[in-house]
Amino acid sequence: MNIAVILKQVPDLAEELEIADSGAELDPDEISWVLNEFDDHALEEALQLKEATGGTVTAVALGGEDVADALYTALAKGADTALKVGDFETPPATHAAARTLAGVLGGRGFDLILTGVQAIDDVDGWTAPVVAGYLGVPHVSVVTHIAPADGGVTVNQEYAGGVVAELDVHTPAVLGVQAARAVPRYAPVSKVRQAMQTSTIEEVDAEAAAGTGVTVRRLFAPEAGGHAEMLSGGADAVAERLVEILKERGLVG
Amino acid sequence: MSQDIFTLVEHRDGQVTEGSFELIGKAKALAAAAGGKAVAVVLGDDLGAITAQLGGADAVIQVAGASVADFTPTAYVAAVSALLREREPALMLFTGSAEGMDSSAGLSATLGLPLAGYATDVSREGDAAVVTSQVYGGKLMAEAVLEGATALVSAIAGAFPADAGRGDGSPAVETVDAPAADVRVTFRRLIHPEAADVDITKEDILVAVGRGIGDADEIEIVEELAEALGGAVACSRPVVDAGWLPKARQVGKSGHKVKPKLYVAVGISGAPEHLEGMRDAELIVAINSDAKAPIFGVAHYGISEDLFDVVPALTELVAG
Repeated sequence: MNIAVILKQVPDLAEELEIADSGAELDPDEISWVLNEFDDHALEEALQLKEATGGTVTAVALGGEDVADALYTALAKGADTALKVGDFETPPATHAAARTLAGVLGGRGFDLILTGVQAIDDVDGWTAPVVAGYLGVPHVSVVTHIAPADGGVTVNQEYAGGVVAELDVHTPAVLGVQAARAVPRYAPVSKVRQAMQTSTIEEVDAEAAAGTGVTVRRLFAPEAGGHAEMLSGGADAVAERLVEILKERGLVG
Repeated sequence: MSQDIFTLVEHRDGQVTEGSFELIGKAKALAAAAGGKAVAVVLGDDLGAITAQLGGADAVIQVAGASVADFTPTAYVAAVSALLREREPALMLFTGSAEGMDSSAGLSATLGLPLAGYATDVSREGDAAVVTSQVYGGKLMAEAVLEGATALVSAIAGAFPADAGRGDGSPAVETVDAPAADVRVTFRRLIHPEAADVDITKEDILVAVGRGIGDADEIEIVEELAEALGGAVACSRPVVDAGWLPKARQVGKSGHKVKPKLYVAVGISGAPEHLEGMRDAELIVAINSDAKAPIFGVAHYGISEDLFDVVPALTELVAG
């Protein structure tokens, strides 16, 4: 199978998120970028499928801040080729990004397109079903298992309570991956450096595509509807206070 | 465009899901304000027992046929596309489950309609919909304006009260034929999880561990606390994805919904998908070194200290 994996950089939640003066987006100068964790699972699943059944893995991303790092890391992990589409100062919203990606991926004959089920900055929907919609091919989101089958793949789609549906999906198809069969592999810095020296990223020109009528007009911290009563004073003091509270409620004998 | 508000009703094992009632309740409020109807749209093969549960809606449209007997993204998108083109409701509301995601996003791309996900609130300004969405792991909210023939909204679980969507009325039920089968995606079977050693939904005390624990070997300190408290260990999704604990221990959207007397969240930031599974616990205590973690928004007591100091100290005190 020839598989494309769509990768996206998202703001690192371990860092402070600063809202820009416009009030409607993050301040791009204050963002540190990391790979969307679900995309890392999609990449791992693609590499596992390739190792089990042959074929190729192509890592694909829209051009932007630190995107080359993500693509070289994918190559270091075992992707065969990497593709950078356009160059965007700020990441386009889901529909605009998906339209651009679909325009490039559509003619390349991939059997499967995998991507993470969701990303923390998705406001207008999720990449997998939207790319599929633009390509006119089937999609399944929240996928936890992919196995090659006659004419396509068999996948598990996960519902609440750990219940899954087993679905037969004809390829080509786009799947939103929730979790890979194994913990995503790690690429040591030395291998990433080696990929930078020995591989090239194919660059494809693309213009910003139109969205579908969704405009974010305000970004704000959630109003404190409720907030925990914070216990402080060091580990031993808070432990003592908490045990008192639990005793008062009869939760500790 | 009509002023009706549609909802896509989910049902499993003959029961309409809680999330669907939440949507119907919200649809009723929005429809009443605009002079339209709250229309529950339900797909399936044998729907009598399902439509009987939809007395809270103003009207019901059932799409009946073998091709939609079980959920598949292709069949649902095809069936609802036809309805939306013909009826043009002002809004259609979806849950945030796999079904809601595939249906709403498949429809938005296919029909060119605006979509917002992770909604915690929906209102209308003229013909536009205004949606508040939870983004960045619950750390920020985005307020978006949706302009188009029909605005599609996928809401997070718990965004609206479910009771407002329940009712014992007998709305008119209109039947629409399901589209022809689409062989590109076919349903094979539902797989229920194997019985686990511990059923976390039945425990009174849960100590839940998240990504902050850092390593599988460290989970031991959480197990010791759980044992001292007479409870069980649960966890958030990243811990299961990392292979550190079995799926049966997972709390949240794709895991279990729990309601223990005490829920101690250790090293859990509180992504919306996790909060959805535990916010109804009677007493929530959160231990997380990030004082701005969203988990403190639902916790009753918060401790912003190093969990590796606090958890052993707690265990020692409780074990006595």
